[in-house]
Amino acid sequence: MEELILKRTERVELLHKLLEERIMVLDGAMGTMIQRHTLEEEDFRGEVLKEHHMPLKGNNDLLSVTQPEIIKGIHKEYFLAGSDIVETNTFSGTTIAQEDYGLEHFVDEINFQSAKIAREVADELTMAEPDKPRFVAGAMGPTNKTASLSPDVNDPGYRAITFDGLKEAYKQQARELVKGGADILLVETIFDTLNAKAALFAIEDIKEELGLDIPIMVSGTITDASGRTLSGQTTEAFLVSVSHVPLLSVGLNCALGAEELTPYLKTLSEKSQFKVSAYPNAGLPNEFGEYDQTPEDMAEQIKHFLDEKYLNIVGGCCGTTPDHIIELAKLAKTYEPRKNDIN
Amino acid sequence: MSTIQIHPAYEGNYEFKWHDFPFLTLSGLEPLTVTPETNFVNVGERTNVTGSRKFLRLIKEEKYEEALEVARDQVEGGAQVIDINMDEGMLDGKYAMVKFLNLIAAEPDIARVPVMIDSSKWEIIEAGLQCVQGKGIVNSISLKGGEDEFIKQARAIKKYGAATIVMAFDEEGQADTYERRIEIAKRSYEVLTGPKVNFPPQDIIFDLNIFPVATGIEEHRKNALDFFQGTRWVRENLPACHVSGGVSNVSFSFRGNNKVREAMHSAFLYHAINQGMDMGIVNPAMLEVYDDIEKDLLEKVEDVLLDRRDDATERLLELAETVKGDGKVREKDESWRENEVEERLKHALVKGIVEHVETDTEEARVKYVRPLKVIEGPLMDGMNVVGDLFGAGKMFLPQVVKSARVMKKSVAYLIPYLEEEKKLAGDQSSNAKILLATVKGDVHDIGKNIVGVVLACNNYDIIDLGVMVPEGKILEAAIEHNVDIIGLSGLITPSLDEMISVAKEMEKRNMKVPLLIGGATTSRIHTAVKIDPMYSGPVVHVLDASRSVPVAGELINKDTTLGYFTKIKEEYQVLREDHANRKKDKNYIPFSRAVSNKHLLSNDQVYHSKLIGNQVYKEYSLAEISEFIDWNPFFQTWMLKGKYPAILEHDIVGEEATKLFADAQKMLTSIIENKELTANAVVGIYPTHKNKDGDLIIEDEYGKELSKFHFLRQQGKKGKGLPNLSLADFIQDDQQDYIGFFAVTAGIGIEKMIKAYEADHDDYNAIMVKAIADRLAEAFAELMHKKVRKELWGYACDETLENESLIKEKYQGIRPAPGYPACPDHTEKQTLFDLLEVEKNTGIQLTSSFAMYPAASVSGMYFSHPDSKYFGLGKIGKDQVKDYADRKDMDLETVEKWLGQSLNY
Repeated sequence: MEELILKRTERVELLHKLLEERIMVLDGAMGTMIQRHTLEEEDFRGEVLKEHHMPLKGNNDLLSVTQPEIIKGIHKEYFLAGSDIVETNTFSGTTIAQEDYGLEHFVDEINFQSAKIAREVADELTMAEPDKPRFVAGAMGPTNKTASLSPDVNDPGYRAITFDGLKEAYKQQARELVKGGADILLVETIFDTLNAKAALFAIEDIKEELGLDIPIMVSGTITDASGRTLSGQTTEAFLVSVSHVPLLSVGLNCALGAEELTPYLKTLSEKSQFKVSAYPNAGLPNEFGEYDQTPEDMAEQIKHFLDEKYLNIVGGCCGTTPDHIIELAKLAKTYEPRKNDIN
Repeated sequence: MSTIQIHPAYEGNYEFKWHDFPFLTLSGLEPLTVTPETNFVNVGERTNVTGSRKFLRLIKEEKYEEALEVARDQVEGGAQVIDINMDEGMLDGKYAMVKFLNLIAAEPDIARVPVMIDSSKWEIIEAGLQCVQGKGIVNSISLKGGEDEFIKQARAIKKYGAATIVMAFDEEGQADTYERRIEIAKRSYEVLTGPKVNFPPQDIIFDLNIFPVATGIEEHRKNALDFFQGTRWVRENLPACHVSGGVSNVSFSFRGNNKVREAMHSAFLYHAINQGMDMGIVNPAMLEVYDDIEKDLLEKVEDVLLDRRDDATERLLELAETVKGDGKVREKDESWRENEVEERLKHALVKGIVEHVETDTEEARVKYVRPLKVIEGPLMDGMNVVGDLFGAGKMFLPQVVKSARVMKKSVAYLIPYLEEEKKLAGDQSSNAKILLATVKGDVHDIGKNIVGVVLACNNYDIIDLGVMVPEGKILEAAIEHNVDIIGLSGLITPSLDEMISVAKEMEKRNMKVPLLIGGATTSRIHTAVKIDPMYSGPVVHVLDASRSVPVAGELINKDTTLGYFTKIKEEYQVLREDHANRKKDKNYIPFSRAVSNKHLLSNDQVYHSKLIGNQVYKEYSLAEISEFIDWNPFFQTWMLKGKYPAILEHDIVGEEATKLFADAQKMLTSIIENKELTANAVVGIYPTHKNKDGDLIIEDEYGKELSKFHFLRQQGKKGKGLPNLSLADFIQDDQQDYIGFFAVTAGIGIEKMIKAYEADHDDYNAIMVKAIADRLAEAFAELMHKKVRKELWGYACDETLENESLIKEKYQGIRPAPGYPACPDHTEKQTLFDLLEVEKNTGIQLTSSFAMYPAASVSGMYFSHPDSKYFGLGKIGKDQVKDYADRKDMDLETVEKWLGQSLNY
């Protein structure tokens, strides 16, 4: 454990150093890659959940436990495509989200294993290529409940989840992710800032509990043309609301394509005292909910951000693939990162 | 006004000096950054049960809707932060705080500002902090309970992400002198910014205790002055922090005399702000404008505040007896109440105001006689406006939710009337049942709820299963209740797949119940292509709530259901086929990439023109023109399918075609012999250069610019080696080339002929003459093109082609026309008409929509390079359209209007 902690500290130091030097590359979509494997119910269940009382197909996070080779393969593909950081397969790895599948008791396992296998791939590749260190970000999704919106139109004061409920769930997830080997915790796809604040609170608790410095990335989601989060905040209000924690980076992901994100990233880039990240979708979905933006087209739009020096970290969300990351990584190499010249 | 030195150590007004620190930033739905320029942050005080009797009553009686109005009033009145306090003995303060904050979160016009969570109980403060997504302010913490507690609370506040008010209060009690104020402030500041808490100094706001003056008690004389001096000291000595206070306290002894109170508040603020107070709890309705305070009153107020005279209090009391009055009365903007009832309902829906909705609904009910008409009329109209604004990004989700609530409230009011009506109508038959559900994985239900409401209003029984409903549950409930229709809703894209799987499952279970699909991401095309094929029963995409009623009606009525079912299935079949055909070129590339993928001419040959400038032909020989006629389109005009001349022998249409052709020949001969139509033409050939944007500069023989033509470029994704074409590609880069233009007509005089036939009610010949004139015009264009190739331009002097080959366009060069597939922008016709002086030379006029009159006219451009070919532009992207609009110096909207069919967005 002593040795591990030491190694971890070194990695975190290295991460900070690299971020000063260049634009770092995140991975692309996990779901899109999993879909390519056309998995069936029994694949999701594996041996261990063969007898589970509810259907599990679609519970992608579970695959870290039941099909670890597939998930490792995806991590590896992204690393080889040029990602510096991959996200663990834990978007729905909270008791709140797993409740849909009756797998609350499996949450520790999901997070620990997800972080562990990502760590293994990262270490293996770093070992092979020591001048290109690879990092693991523990992904913490928004859950499927909102702390500041009512799901009941007739009762706007009602809440399906409390701050404490979220905090406890996130704490559990964060703890296992770090134990499993995540270098970073990534609170992502934030559509309700209050959920994110509960996650940040939980991470602060975990930092104290484990006595570790854990770099935190935060990534919000602008849901529609109004330029606001689902819970109604403007980009700048969102930034203000998460700035009480010393973040590694703040940024935006999902919901929109790169082009549509431009004005909001500009705001973040101008106002953020932290590093800035973006991992947009591969364009907007077509009428069939599919993303068909090509790697070249996406790179063309991302180039814009880099020209304007908006970014320190770039990657892809829904619909992006290792091919997209190859293009983004090529591009990132040729640009200087954004500098923090905010007061 | 001269400045008064208030603190002996600091001259003039306070000037901000902590430029190396970040600013205090706060947020509700929108950010609030407190900069030196902000001057003063105005905190609303009416949502405080200790300060407002009305608010206390509303909270006690659980009238939260009205309580929200109090908050809304304040924000509308200019409060930048609202203070919320629920500390009252008879209240469950924690419950009230949480409930009120949660309700505020659903009111975007209140939630846009940050909140100040005000309580003396830590438990209430913490409960409040857990309800706000933004960065608010805690009011307050202090050293009152000792340093340990202070540190613990401050650390928690920091973790929750809030700023905090720190009261000048310690273990000994509240600071009531200048010295105590600065002593406590200094100690609090040091603890907070020290290593135990590391609180950001800019997030610390001191409340230095505003106490009443002019109380008659000697010790109170310096209350205001001490506050001013304390404020100055704190701002000068404790880096980056702020000073706040509750202003109305100062005038406590003048309760009942608003005029004096308002003057005192203003004067107090004036001096406090000058000394560095930059935030305060004030009632904006209780503020006079400083410069508007009567001089005499101001002087006496300031004597008290600044403790300038021993008899200051007596003098102010004396004056107060003579100046009474209610002070200012601020009116809320209620002008919208004066509009017609339809407008009022719309306003209420868009703004989410429930206050008057029942009165207005009643008025509309009386006006429209039938309650249902109110729903279908003004209410749906209002919701459509909401939908449009939301789509345009001018409203956002929480606002839309509020609108839905207003809608619901109005409908609820109407329901008893609807039932009454039903009873009177003696409607005994049981209602049709419709099951509604938002599919698994999706929590959005506003649209679904509206559909439910609208359908319920139309006498359907609604079984609403709510959100995130798995398919099994949907189908079991459908069977159990024996429903007549199932409606699925979803807003996020994965819901589309969920709907497909419900349809599949319905098929598997051999169900026949109609399936309705609705929600923001759903579309007719998706329903047709992906859902409909999965289910043999009726599947209908419903665009919005208003459409759900007629659709449900058609499906449930036994007389219409089969016909409707067949019609929809056919419609979707057609959509699927279209989609399959279109899918191939669905991908687009950015304009910049299309430009780099242009066609490169296979050689740099330039064909010099013999003619430079315009050449006009008047009353051209119709006999000669008629030799160039392509008769195929003539038969198409008459809806006869087949190739000329084979069509004349066709088994079915042959006889009819032969008759028609004979009539045509007869009329043509008559036209030629009697010169009933006149054919005119103008042709112009000019030197041209391509500019850097790919547009063509048209020049005269001396190189002077005459006009400019603009071209569009294909943006569809091409296979390897295939270019993205633009007509401009057929002109040489970087060297002078030539381009030609023409306009021909064979329709001069046609009007007289048509009129004569129509007067005779002879539609057949009226159409015939138009069809023939059209053929003549096309033939004339063909003839002129040949003349241009062989004589006027002369790049193909040796060409020998028969009419047949001409029709098949086997010659070198093309003559595309503005408004046609390669260059769909009709507005370019104007440039062409100007250059060739078409109207003067031929009599062809251009209408406001750039159609040519007479219709039997053709205009276009000539390209000579052998690479030139016809192509379809296809759809183009916004990037190109923007660029094109810039190049043409037109506004984007106008260009989009003219290119409507070609836009891929």
